[in-house]
Amino acid sequence: MEPPSLHVDDIIDDTSISIIVCTGAGGVGKTTTAAALGLRAAERGRNVCVLTIDPARRLAQAMGLTELDNTPREVVMESGSGSLHAMMLDMKRTFDEVVEAHADPDRAAQILENPFYQALSSSFAGTQEYMAMEKLGQLHAQEDAPWDLVIVDTPPSRSALDFLDAPARLGSFLDGRFIRILTAPARGAGRGLGRLAAAGFGIFTGVLGKILGAQVLTDVGTFVAAIDTTFGGFRERADKTFALLQENNTRFLVIAAPEPDAMREASYFVDRLRSESMPLGGLIVNRVQSVDRKLMSAETAAAAAQRLATESETEPLTARLLRLHADRLRVRERQHHVTESFTGAHPGVPIAQVPALAEDVHDLDGLEEVGELLALGRPV
Amino acid sequence: MTEALWPGVALHVVSGKGGTGKTTVAAALAMALARDGGRTLLMEVEGRQGIAQVFDVPPLPYEERQVAVAPGGGEVWALAVDPEDALLDYLEIFYNLRRAGSALRRMGAVDFATTIAPGLRDVLLTGKACEVVRRSEKQEPNAYDAVVLDAPPTGRIARFLNVNSEVSGLAKVGPIRNHADLVMSVIASPRTAVHLVTLLEEMPIQETIDGIDELRAASLPVGGVIVNMTRPPLLTDEEMAMATAGSLPVQQIEESLVEAGVTNEVSAIAQTLIREGLDHSRRVQLEERELERLNDLDLPVLQLPYLAGGIDLSSLYELAGALSEQGAR
Repeated sequence: MEPPSLHVDDIIDDTSISIIVCTGAGGVGKTTTAAALGLRAAERGRNVCVLTIDPARRLAQAMGLTELDNTPREVVMESGSGSLHAMMLDMKRTFDEVVEAHADPDRAAQILENPFYQALSSSFAGTQEYMAMEKLGQLHAQEDAPWDLVIVDTPPSRSALDFLDAPARLGSFLDGRFIRILTAPARGAGRGLGRLAAAGFGIFTGVLGKILGAQVLTDVGTFVAAIDTTFGGFRERADKTFALLQENNTRFLVIAAPEPDAMREASYFVDRLRSESMPLGGLIVNRVQSVDRKLMSAETAAAAAQRLATESETEPLTARLLRLHADRLRVRERQHHVTESFTGAHPGVPIAQVPALAEDVHDLDGLEEVGELLALGRPV
Repeated sequence: MTEALWPGVALHVVSGKGGTGKTTVAAALAMALARDGGRTLLMEVEGRQGIAQVFDVPPLPYEERQVAVAPGGGEVWALAVDPEDALLDYLEIFYNLRRAGSALRRMGAVDFATTIAPGLRDVLLTGKACEVVRRSEKQEPNAYDAVVLDAPPTGRIARFLNVNSEVSGLAKVGPIRNHADLVMSVIASPRTAVHLVTLLEEMPIQETIDGIDELRAASLPVGGVIVNMTRPPLLTDEEMAMATAGSLPVQQIEESLVEAGVTNEVSAIAQTLIREGLDHSRRVQLEERELERLNDLDLPVLQLPYLAGGIDLSSLYELAGALSEQGAR
C-alpha cells in the first residue's frame, strides 16, 4: 500500500502556518532538515527564523551561526524574495533572561547566584527542552519580529517524546509538593498533610539530607522561594507553549531514517501527536538508498555477476559493479520494508523520502540541494 | 589473532553518537569478551531496554540474567539498571534503610531526589557498574571476567563518567562523596576502558574526536574507536579514479553484460552501473578521509562490517568474531 506523498512546499507556502517543529530520534538529520526547510521557505518568499538546538559545527558555519549571543542573526541569501534568520539555543542564557525579565534586579541577582539554580540551568535533564519551548514561544510572540514562520528542531534527547514531556515535568517539579515542603521547613514538615504523610516527609528530608547534604536542600529551598513570588508558575509557562503547539498554525514534521529504531521512535511520536491533538504534517525519511528498482532485480544482478566470475584472483570490473548494484537493491528493499511497516500502522500519514547524500552539508548551496530533494519527496 | 588490546581491563564502557549502533556493538563486545569459557555482564542504564531488543528476549528486570552463550562456551549476562533501584541498593548497603527506601519510592521521593541532583543519578548508575567490577577483587561467586556498560551517548559520556565533578556541587564530605571516590578509583584507573562507536561519516567522526578530547581532559581512560557498518571498497584505486573522471570503459562493461546473459536495456544498465560506481567511489574517498582523522588519534581503531540483513543473534556472533580477531580482549 502506497502512503500519500508529503509535499513540504504546500506547508511552507501556506502563510497561515507560523510554526514548524522538526522532531525525531537522534542522528536522523533533524537539524539539517530544519535548516534546509527554512532556506527553501525563505527563497519562496516566507520570512523565516530557524531555531536550532545543537547544530554540527560546519552546518552552523554554513548558516553564519558563529556568534553565540542567543538572538537570531540574518542569513544572507543569494536569491529569493523572503528573508532568513537563524539562531542557536543557549539554554543557560535563555533561562537567565527569563529570570532577569521577571524579577527585580536584586532578586534576579540572588537567583542567578544560587548554586541550585546554576546546576538547574546548565545540566538539569529537561532544561534544554524547556528552554527550547520557551524560546520558541518568545520568537513566535515577538511583535516587531522580521519573521512570520519559526522552524525549530528539537533537542537531541534520548527520546523524541522528551520534547513534549520535559517542560511539563520540569514545571510540575518546580511547582510540586516536595519542593513546597523544602521551602517551608520551619512550618513543620507537611502541615495539613495528615500525620502519616508528615512522618513520611520527615524521613524524606532526613534521608535526602544524608545523601545530598543539607546545603543542597537549603539551596533548593531558597531558589524556589525566590522564584515563587516573582514569576507565576513554571508549569503555566510550559502549558502555554504546549497549547501553542496544538493550534492549527503549527505543523509537526517527524524525521526518521529507514532503520527500525528511528522508525519505531517516529511511530511513537505520531501516536502521541494524535492523542495530544497536535497537527502532524507528515513523516520525512532521510538517508534513503537511491537505486533504480525497475531496471534489474538484485537476484538477476547477482546471478549475472556470478556468470562473469573467473579463475583469476580479481573479479572483473563489471561483476563487481553488478554486485554493488545488487547490494544497493537489497539495502533499498530492507529500507522499504521498514517504511512499509510504519505505513501499515499509520496508513494516512504523508511521507517524503530523501536520498542519502554522499557528503554532509557545508554551505547554503548544499542546504538548497537538500531543500530540493525534500520538496521532490522521493529518491531519484 | 592479534595481540590483546585491553589486557587487565575489567570495565568496558561503550558510548557513541545516536544511530551508530552502540548497543549492538556493546552486545557484540560482551560476547567477544566471554568467548572460550568467560563470563561477562552487559549493563544498560538508559531505561531503553535496548539489550532485550538486541537479544530478542523479554524486557529485562533489575536482576542479572543470562541472555546468550558466547562462542566456545562462555556466558553473556545482562542487567538493566534503574536509578531508583540503584538508590535503594545504596540506601540498604550504606544505611540499612531498604524499607524506608521503598516508602520513599512510593511517595515519588526517589524520583525527586534524582531530579534535583542529576549527578546523584549518574553516581548511582556508575556505582552499580563498579560494584559488579569489584566483586572479582573480593573473589565473590557472582563475579564476572568483564563488565560492558552500554553508556549514554558521546555528547554526555565525559560528564556521565566524571562523577567526582558531578557530586562536587552536592557534598564536600560524607557518604555520597566517599561513594563517588570509590567509583572514580575504578573508572579513572587502568581497569576501565571507554570505547566510542562511530560511523565513517563526518558528523559522528567529529563527535568522536570531540568526545575523546573531553575524556582525555578529564583523565578518563580511552580504550579504542570502533567503526561500525563499514563496507569494503569494491573498486580499485585506479578504477575509482576512472569513475571520478567519468572514464570507466562503457563498451567493455556493455560487452561483459551481454556475456553475463543480459539481453534487455544493456546500455541503460551499463549507465546505471557506472553512475553507481561513481557514487561508491565518492563515498569510499570520503570514508578514507574520515578514517585518516581517526588514525591521527593514536588509539586502536577496530572495524565492523555492515550487515545487510539487519541484526539478529547470528549477526552478533559474526560481529563478536570480528572484534576478537582484531584483538578485543
